[in-house]
Amino acid sequence: MELQAVLMAAGGGSRMMDLTYNTPKPLLPVGNKPLIWYPLNLLERVGFEEVIVITTKEVQKMISTDPKVKLDVKMKLDLVCIQEDADMGTADALRHIQQKVKTDVLVVSCDLITDAALHEVVDLFRAHNATLSMLMSKAHEFTETVPGQKGKKKTGEQRDFVGVDDTGKRLLFMANEADLDEGVVIRKSIMRKHPRMHIKTGLVDAHLYCLKKSVVDFLADNKSISSIRGELVPYLVRKQFSKSTNSPKVIDETHQNLKKNDSNVNLEIQISSRDEELLHLTQERSCWNDHRGDMSDAYHGGRLRCYVHIMDEGICYRVNTLAAYIEANRLAPKLFDEPAVHPSAVVSERCLIGADSIIGASCQISDKTSIKRSTIGVSTTVREKVKVTNSIIMHGVTIEEGCNIQGSVICSNAVIGRGADIKYCLVGSAQRIEPDGEHTTMSKACSA
Amino acid sequence: NEGKELSKEEKQRLRKQKKQQKKQKERKNEKSETEKEKTPVSLLPPPRPVATQKAPSALPAPASAPIPVPASAPFHSSPAPSPADKPAKSKAELKAERRARQETDRAAKQPGSSSSGIKTKVPLSELNPVVKRLPEHVQVDDPAVVKRLAKKLERQQIPLRSDYGYKVSLFSHLHQYSRKAPLTQQLSIPSTVIHPSIVRLGLQYSQGIVAGSNARSVALLHAFKQVIRDYTTPPNEELSRDLVNKLKPYISFLNQCRPLSASMGNAIKYIKKEISNIPSQCKEEEAKTKLLTCIDRYIEEKIVLAAKAISKYAIEKISDGDVILVYGCSSLVNNILCEAFEKSRKFRVIVVDSRPRLEGREALRRLVQRGISCTYVLISALSYILPEVSKVFLGAHALLANGYVMSRVGTSQIALVARTFNVPVLVCCETYKFCEKVQTDSFVSNELDDPDDLMVTRKGKTQLENWQDVSSLGLLNLVYDVTPPDFVDLVITDLGMIPCTSVPVVLRVKNLDQ
Repeated sequence: MELQAVLMAAGGGSRMMDLTYNTPKPLLPVGNKPLIWYPLNLLERVGFEEVIVITTKEVQKMISTDPKVKLDVKMKLDLVCIQEDADMGTADALRHIQQKVKTDVLVVSCDLITDAALHEVVDLFRAHNATLSMLMSKAHEFTETVPGQKGKKKTGEQRDFVGVDDTGKRLLFMANEADLDEGVVIRKSIMRKHPRMHIKTGLVDAHLYCLKKSVVDFLADNKSISSIRGELVPYLVRKQFSKSTNSPKVIDETHQNLKKNDSNVNLEIQISSRDEELLHLTQERSCWNDHRGDMSDAYHGGRLRCYVHIMDEGICYRVNTLAAYIEANRLAPKLFDEPAVHPSAVVSERCLIGADSIIGASCQISDKTSIKRSTIGVSTTVREKVKVTNSIIMHGVTIEEGCNIQGSVICSNAVIGRGADIKYCLVGSAQRIEPDGEHTTMSKACSA
Repeated sequence: NEGKELSKEEKQRLRKQKKQQKKQKERKNEKSETEKEKTPVSLLPPPRPVATQKAPSALPAPASAPIPVPASAPFHSSPAPSPADKPAKSKAELKAERRARQETDRAAKQPGSSSSGIKTKVPLSELNPVVKRLPEHVQVDDPAVVKRLAKKLERQQIPLRSDYGYKVSLFSHLHQYSRKAPLTQQLSIPSTVIHPSIVRLGLQYSQGIVAGSNARSVALLHAFKQVIRDYTTPPNEELSRDLVNKLKPYISFLNQCRPLSASMGNAIKYIKKEISNIPSQCKEEEAKTKLLTCIDRYIEEKIVLAAKAISKYAIEKISDGDVILVYGCSSLVNNILCEAFEKSRKFRVIVVDSRPRLEGREALRRLVQRGISCTYVLISALSYILPEVSKVFLGAHALLANGYVMSRVGTSQIALVARTFNVPVLVCCETYKFCEKVQTDSFVSNELDDPDDLMVTRKGKTQLENWQDVSSLGLLNLVYDVTPPDFVDLVITDLGMIPCTSVPVVLRVKNLDQ
């Protein structure tokens, strides 16, 4: 077996609490499919037959019981539950399943919606015998107004600085603005080896990583690393150029230092494979070099290599904020070609449904309604003379007559009273909007 | 003479065919047969006809060797030459008959008595099919052949790589692939059909990360080691037969990624032979360890030790004060020069390079790293620099059976110009790269690389960016060319220093050994 897929679906969705306080993030409907369906579909399309899904007990229960949550995948899902309150990071979760990991892993996050060609990422991983290979995408501006938020985007959006070499494939530098105190600090050893480095800031990390098995074993020994994105990846990127990986030395120092060096040496030892001399002979006889201009061998003799594939075009979203969620709903229908209007929906003839709207199963749309650029969830009832524009209506919502909903997100099982006028609002789960209410740019999400 | 040297298999085949014919035919007029049989004699190629045909050498198609197909030649309809066509004959009688025939054959070598002598050549002519199949990788413009290839790949569950771009008409019979469309695009990502190390190898070939004849063979054998390690014999199957069948789709896959080189072909032949020779009572673990040690030994003997032997011979030819010209990046030539430098020979090197690969830069780096003083020119400056040169050392991709040297494109130019300037040309090549193909030109069988490699961006402008839109423009990126033996003064192999025309002798000696 070459690669094992691991889907991280235990995240809380901390940046969109309004949506996720009732529905766990993996099951939020996007285009009337649960969010977790998108990465699963990606893996299935590419050819995986089994996925290890790390999730919470709540999600597992909902998947098995709730009929509205149909996953529709032919792959075998191996659900591993972790405690919700254990506050496990992604690396902790990976450590948790270390026993199940038998080969290199492909880690995907449950909130990734993309149509990327995965083989590009995996090809970098294979061809260069890389330790880490990841996917990134040029970030797109979110144009839709986010309901419930007055004013512009929030500040304090931490930027990521990503340094790549001339070919645009080798990852040289990765740091988050939060970790950098004064400025971007780049070590001289990196500059000596790669004099031309391109530093990009407008990239979205798709949180899709190909990791060698030795990294998972390394995580098992080093319990201090808890997040893949925040700690493991920058660590590996830094380690590419550290002296110890290029020339392993054994230093006899205090116990703690020895342990640290042990872990370094461990990672080093595990990188080497069987028949190392044959690989060395191949590289020696091959007339290829990944860089030119200096006297060193291919890869500068480094054994640890990190690669990144940066997508120029195509869809790549991480649904972890409200704005991303809305944008994803807009674009999700392009990823699958089911009919926009579900066959089981009861749609009366005198309603106007725009071409880019999605009507879920078992809906009831009455006369004289107008639905434009919106998503209507499963089992939703929309009465007469309702105007829905640019909105996301989740499952089981009832919208009484004469309502006007614009640019809003209505969560599941909410009830909008007659004649309500809602603009750019976020209505939480099972909330009631009183009839004839007028709400603009607010978020009504308090739990009962 | 052919009668004397019949091997065991040929004798077996003879016996079988004779039995067949006795069952079918009646006695026919011998004279009319001899007329028909006169012609196949002249077609008998030297020296070991069956052997050379059984070894299609580096042909990527794992199609079965053109073993005599009884239906193909019209001569097969002629009955067995033995006068007594009794249906049931004991083995001893057959043997006696055959011995008698061999004696008459030997006696009848005189041109006068041709009628009885020629009869005995019939069994051999029946073994030599007149119809020789062209390998499919040189028949890409024939839709029937392409369809056959597609069907075969489909059976092996390997995706077909489609050709890219306009092909220059002289080379339209060859494949031309694009590096931006790797074969892995059509494979499932955790590849189940093809072993992951083979997928990795195919990627490394198609992206050029593993390039150079020796490197490719070593990488191939390394990948085969992984395959053998991970292999388990399915129940009711024999390792010797099943493992060979398992390797066939992998070889097709690698061939789709990049056409196999002659050295790889020979390595594959060796492995297949070793696997088929595993006795059936051998336990799996033992068999696997045996195969792994065989592979290690092959690499050690044919590549590592051969390089040492060649360096030893070549160093004798390098004298102090020499100016040596090398072309491109040949691992063997670099090895020789580094060893010579370590043995304190005083010489300097001129590295000649050519686009689009610009491999000379890598050779330059390796030599300068050791401390050898080098000059670097492009091939267009060759005639300018040659008056300074005292010797030319060239590497080879393969040595063909008629003495031609197949090497990186540009090598024949170097040899030609060197001959004009009376500079000795020495080709260094290990014996495992000797191949039984025969080629006199670079057109029939070659490799076309990605034409987009020829595009170069200077100051932000790529002139050839839209070359596909210009209907009368074709980009040709050849990889190999053949140098005739008249331009090569000496071939340095691990068996010694031989002239170029002795290659068939070496091949024959090798085959006898096996």
